[in-house]
Amino acid sequence: MNAKLRRSALYVPGNDPSMIQNAGIFGSDCIVLDLEDAVSIEEKDSARLLVRNALKSIDYGDTEVIIRINSLYTPFGREDLEIIGRVHPDGIRLPKTESAKDIKQVDRILAQIETEEGFEKNSIKIMPTIESAVGLFNVFEIVKASKRITLINFGAEDYTADIGAERTREGKELFQIRTRILLAARVAGIQIQDSVFSHVRDIEGLIKETKFIKQLGFDGKSVIHPTQIEPVHQVFTPTREEIILANRIISAIEEAKKKKSGVISLDGRMIDAPVVTKAKRILKYAQAAGII
Amino acid sequence: MKDQIKLGQAGTLESSDVLVFVHFSPQQKGRKIELESPSEKCFGKIIIQQIEKTLDSLDIENIYLKAQDRGALDCTICARVEAAVNRALKNKGEVGQ
Repeated sequence: MNAKLRRSALYVPGNDPSMIQNAGIFGSDCIVLDLEDAVSIEEKDSARLLVRNALKSIDYGDTEVIIRINSLYTPFGREDLEIIGRVHPDGIRLPKTESAKDIKQVDRILAQIETEEGFEKNSIKIMPTIESAVGLFNVFEIVKASKRITLINFGAEDYTADIGAERTREGKELFQIRTRILLAARVAGIQIQDSVFSHVRDIEGLIKETKFIKQLGFDGKSVIHPTQIEPVHQVFTPTREEIILANRIISAIEEAKKKKSGVISLDGRMIDAPVVTKAKRILKYAQAAGII
Repeated sequence: MKDQIKLGQAGTLESSDVLVFVHFSPQQKGRKIELESPSEKCFGKIIIQQIEKTLDSLDIENIYLKAQDRGALDCTICARVEAAVNRALKNKGEVGQ
């Protein structure tokens, strides 16, 4: 699994210059400049140029910059990809992904752009969004359709509308999609972010949901307002006890390596590769939170 | 003659944006650019330069353009000018899309 930190992805409307120019200051790990649902049909052309120019001239520092293009099944998706690809975003978030064919089409276009522009091969990542029953059914082939895929997420609103579920704050209706795409993500060795929590003022609800998805194994969550970033990061910040144990595990395994022993025990518990992977992950989250 | 007049508009009057209106007509010779901006005294020349640069890149020689700036960055000014010109060249006599 790639180890880049993607605890939060802040959606930013693609036709709002003020929000676009300030998007990097809120501390989210990723920002998603949105050309899809946040932009009206009449403004698609103008937003596309605005986002292209922002990518060329605004320095977002270490924040990963992802562009949510329109679906390739709309009249806008292809042109979004052609124009945005040439200014090299870190990633393309592909909404309403339903099959491996969708991914392969985007992959081909990006490969051509990379060749023409002299970009490193496969350097523009693809991040599919699953938002339908068909997409969920095909998710295992979707995640393996391109080497560019580093992350998958899902859209709760469209998905529940498609399958006929009632969308609740509690989110029981999302258990199936969360666990299935999580499994697909782990099979493919990619990361997974949760859908947004739409009730912006309900921070307690956001924390509860984020704790739940972290427990399931998710790597992060999409957010729709800057005030949601900090609570999400807090949930993904390890406790003091977790950090101490992780450090002891890393020290123990390094000691074992010196003695040329593959497996060791710590406090009577076997320490092997998966335990070390988890410990490293905890320390990475702690470093990102600035607490070690 | 109506089909030779082309109008386009892009952007908004929101903070950090700029509303750009363009007008192409056979009578227009050269570029006529009008700017309204709260920071016109300090940045007026630079904003006009950005607009000129964008029109150069689009090979536009004859145009009337009005920009109502609300503190837009260069990247926003260029994007809105390009969008307004694109819209005008696709349209015949109507503002916007």
